[in-house]
Amino acid sequence: MSSLAAAVRTGHVGTSTLARSLGLVFGVALLLLLLSNWLGSYHELQLADGAYYFAALAGLSVLIGLSGQISLGHGAFMAVGAYAVMVLVGHGWALLPAICAAAAVCVVIGVPVGAAASRLRGPYLAGATLAFAVGLPALADRFPATLGGENGLTINPPAVPAWLGANFSLEEWQAWIACAGALVVLFVLYNLVHSGIGRSLRAGRDDEIAASLCGLNVARQQTAAFTISAGCAGLGGGLYAAVLNLATPSAFSVTLSLSLLTGVVVGGLGSLAGAAWGAALLVLLPTWTTSLAGSLSLNTNVQGNLPFAIYGVVLIAVMLAWPTGIHGGLRAAARFVSTRRRRR
Amino acid sequence: MTNFIDLTLSGVTSGAVYAAVALALVLIWRATRIINFAQGAMLMLTTYIASAVITSTGSYVIGFGAALASGLLLGALVERVLIRPVENAPELTAVIVALGLYTVLISLAGMVWGATPRAFPPAFSIRGYDIGGTHVLFAPNDTFIVLVVVAIAGILALLFRFTSLGLQLRAAAFNSEVAQLLGVRVGRMFTVGWALAALTGAVAGVLVAPSVFLAPNNFDPIMISGFVAAVLGGLDSPPGAVVGAMLLGLALSYVGGYAGTALVPIAALVVLVVVLMVRPTGLFPTTSERRV
Repeated sequence: MSSLAAAVRTGHVGTSTLARSLGLVFGVALLLLLLSNWLGSYHELQLADGAYYFAALAGLSVLIGLSGQISLGHGAFMAVGAYAVMVLVGHGWALLPAICAAAAVCVVIGVPVGAAASRLRGPYLAGATLAFAVGLPALADRFPATLGGENGLTINPPAVPAWLGANFSLEEWQAWIACAGALVVLFVLYNLVHSGIGRSLRAGRDDEIAASLCGLNVARQQTAAFTISAGCAGLGGGLYAAVLNLATPSAFSVTLSLSLLTGVVVGGLGSLAGAAWGAALLVLLPTWTTSLAGSLSLNTNVQGNLPFAIYGVVLIAVMLAWPTGIHGGLRAAARFVSTRRRRR
Repeated sequence: MTNFIDLTLSGVTSGAVYAAVALALVLIWRATRIINFAQGAMLMLTTYIASAVITSTGSYVIGFGAALASGLLLGALVERVLIRPVENAPELTAVIVALGLYTVLISLAGMVWGATPRAFPPAFSIRGYDIGGTHVLFAPNDTFIVLVVVAIAGILALLFRFTSLGLQLRAAAFNSEVAQLLGVRVGRMFTVGWALAALTGAVAGVLVAPSVFLAPNNFDPIMISGFVAAVLGGLDSPPGAVVGAMLLGLALSYVGGYAGTALVPIAALVVLVVVLMVRPTGLFPTTSERRV
């Protein structure tokens, strides 16, 4: 029994990565299904929000954690994904192909951006991608006829299929769509992280020169990683469009890109579980702080700003307490508990 | 032609402000290898303090002094309390702490002063000079802005090059372990570096406030332009930051004037990408060595 536990812990269960990833995806899918059945419509929308954040965060987390590149521009890829869905659905496409096309568009854009990014390091990459996040939403103002200008674009909410019954709510259907997209991302990235590509990305991150001496083309790998994470962010943006049915330039400001970075780092860099923590944080923390501030009787200025103040304090506190993020902190705590138990 | 001259002059003025912000970022980057994303919020806070002091005393000079003093204090405080504990953590940890600080400062300012923009008095007249009968878009206050930024850049250059403090600051930034072995109080130098940077940022805030008005989020575009300028110039090079800021100020002014303001953010992106594709570590890289 203990040898089985050890085998599970180290991941050598004799099964392939593909089988393990499928098991993980089906397990999570079952959990989400039960959860969406149990939640009310408000929390179902929160679940949908968390799912599209997860898609973008997981891609960014793999990029930063695995290939060591920083992007402050993933909010712009989400914008591209959301606007792609808006425009295509507006031209009569069905939602599913539109979302797939949104991810594909971001992959196509991700190739040249990623190739440019692979030349840059650290803060220079951060600066270039930040300029990308600032510059791209301005395009909506430039082409108001197709992209709707400041007011953005809207589409009709997705129709709930008839086979789900008359009582099936729109919110639950939207949560299902978003969760399905998030599961696709989970499946793809889990396999990527545990594949040869993932290992060579880590090699390139840890020592670029040694990795190139081993025959790895680090620049090409970094471009690939950037492209995949851009695709994930585009998918997240497409899911955003399916859930909110609205895309405006102000929704994809620099603030979004910085929140994505925040979610990734606070959740725990480089791990898919960390991305899930980050998504939960981005959805739940603002809601909690707003309701907390609303429950106190304060003047308008204080009440309006208190949620952000608490948000900032939580970010700082988590980082000071657990510099490796929530996932890293929990793992350290679990390790601490298990060594204590073994000593006894 | 007059349009061109006007655009050039206003580009120089905004370039000067970007230069001050870029210098603040470069000073912190050199000292502690952190991009201080809270810089925009820090200079917002010091400008509010300056505004309050000017209103109560009626003196611009005292208000300016208050901004400088509060900048020094705030920079030192932030380094000691928030940045020091995460100095050896993964590099993005400090970035998130800075973003958290940004959020806290912005919301604190919103709580105390509200979101309504306030006017901030310029030091001198904002009516443009009349040169040979034509009215140019360059006012005595713009002269003041450029001169102040030139002065502060000059003082920083002299401080770093010719004083013992400057030598210790450079040593701590260049190689903190060796500097420590040679008796430099490295921790204190980092605090001084942050304080000087926040002071430079505070200057930028007071200079730009009359044109952007005073509100919690109104300094964010200045911060982003300052960052882009610093990256353009090369984050390790203070002269590079100034040159990068001037180039950016001029480029954005021309694009805004000839092609419309909607294109300005895209122009910033294009300028940055073109420069970085040719020189991946900015216009003035100080070292070709790369940490691997």
